[in-house]
Amino acid sequence: MKTKKRTPYFYMLPGVLMVLLFVYIPVLTNIVYSFFRLSSYSAGQTFVGLDNYRRFFTDPVFPIMLKNNILYCVISLIVQVGFGTFLALVLDSTLIKGKAKNFFRNLYYMPALISLTAVGLMFTFIYEPNIGFLNKVLEIFGLEGHSWLGDSKLAIFSIIAMSQWQFTGYITLLMVVAFQNVSQDYIEAAKIDGAGPVKRALTIMLPLAKEQLLVCTIITVIGAFKLYTEVYATTSGGPGNSSQVLGVFLYQQAFLHDDLGMAAVTGVFIFVVTVALSILQIRITRSGEI
Amino acid sequence: MAKRSVCKFFAYALCILLSIIILLPLGWIILNSLKTNPEMFMDSLALPESVQFVNYVNAWNKGLYQYFGNSVFVSAVSLIMILTLSSLLAYGITRFRAKGSTLIFLIVLGGMALSEQVALVPLFKILNATGLYNTYAAVILPYIAFRIPFTVFLMRSYFISIPTELEEAAIVDGYNSLQIFLKIIIPISKPIFAACAIVNLNFVWNEFLFANVFLNDKTLQTIPIGLMTFKGDLRTDYTTTLAGLVIASLPLIILFFCMSKQFVKGLTAGAVKG
Repeated sequence: MKTKKRTPYFYMLPGVLMVLLFVYIPVLTNIVYSFFRLSSYSAGQTFVGLDNYRRFFTDPVFPIMLKNNILYCVISLIVQVGFGTFLALVLDSTLIKGKAKNFFRNLYYMPALISLTAVGLMFTFIYEPNIGFLNKVLEIFGLEGHSWLGDSKLAIFSIIAMSQWQFTGYITLLMVVAFQNVSQDYIEAAKIDGAGPVKRALTIMLPLAKEQLLVCTIITVIGAFKLYTEVYATTSGGPGNSSQVLGVFLYQQAFLHDDLGMAAVTGVFIFVVTVALSILQIRITRSGEI
Repeated sequence: MAKRSVCKFFAYALCILLSIIILLPLGWIILNSLKTNPEMFMDSLALPESVQFVNYVNAWNKGLYQYFGNSVFVSAVSLIMILTLSSLLAYGITRFRAKGSTLIFLIVLGGMALSEQVALVPLFKILNATGLYNTYAAVILPYIAFRIPFTVFLMRSYFISIPTELEEAAIVDGYNSLQIFLKIIIPISKPIFAACAIVNLNFVWNEFLFANVFLNDKTLQTIPIGLMTFKGDLRTDYTTTLAGLVIASLPLIILFFCMSKQFVKGLTAGAVKG
């Protein structure tokens, strides 16, 4: 298009400025903060070198949080991305009729539209040991109930299960959309070659929807390490610190213990882990393309 | 053929089983939101003696209306700004072949990998220093900034697919680039705008971290914070809390089912092509 050289930049400027001011600058500032001791209520700050990092990595809660975030990540990858994609293949196949297809797809996506806080609060009722839905249903089948969120061994798993309930349909929707974009020509050609549905899924659908699958795994992995609301609204990291995760720890350090330096280090850790894992996943996907 | 019917049976059985898993907990929440507290404690699976719509009225009057109003305002302003700035940015990147536009796109896209947690403490300090802390702007500005990357990502792939012939004809008619954007690009991009609107509304309406930290005043707080406060205030009044949860969740679900066709169409067009 023939326009003044500057014109396109005027269109880009406001958006880019917002992203730089409110995303990039705070993230970079956070790295600087991680080397200081500072408080929310005063402007003073003292340089402490790597002391915040030493405190963070030697904190007895650190291995618990790391374990919980990794658990959440691995289970979500298996259930949401793995099973969610399988479900998308089923919905995309000719086994389910057109109208039912859309109905199921929309229904599975629905929980993702409810706020994390609302889902968290709903599940505190569902998991409630005396009158909660889950124990009531187990009772009908003659099974023993549990204090799902009050038991330090079960709490994190109960939270993870809640998230799978909420977000599997989201990944399914994203994958259905990607499968719809796969050209019918390829599918027809494979059919003529005698490839059955399983073979078509493995050799055509999945490879051609690879990019979307990558987007889904990245969303899931990043989501697992910035996990916050789900835990905050249900257990706040308890009982004890048994369901503590990085995101809630960061919040508590900053706004309960007024230890902004420690919060900043937690932020840097989340940042490094999410960016490293994203790059790794992109590398792995790309390496298959030779 | 017999094998195919067996597959069909299992596919439907799976889909119906999953539907039950999704719907039963929600149904139980709605069922109990229509009971009295003693009824819920007696047997949470039983039907109510008489339907207690009064729980919904109570939830609304006990402060939910205020949180609701705040959420509508914050969401509307954020959404308009997200869509405006992102579409302008995506337009600038895709339709001019301007120098450096790929680099700018990568910088914006990089924002997708940066999570809200990492920016939380510095943003808190910045908002405090500028006097924006505890105002609507304290959440609106970060919402806009954090949603631009993903929105640009979706819009860019849609805009790229628009044929240039349309613009060339418009230039002959003497349109400038802004007129082309308003009169040609926007009208044919409706599906992607619809998809981006739902995705972003879902984020903004439900956002908790920033709202919890940056809004201190009850009169400014949005629904997710309101629900937490609400539960604390009501303590043992379970059924009213449940009614509040239903009220808070309905708007987006209704909106989604009204717009689901446009939404999926937009997402399909904006998705990475296979």
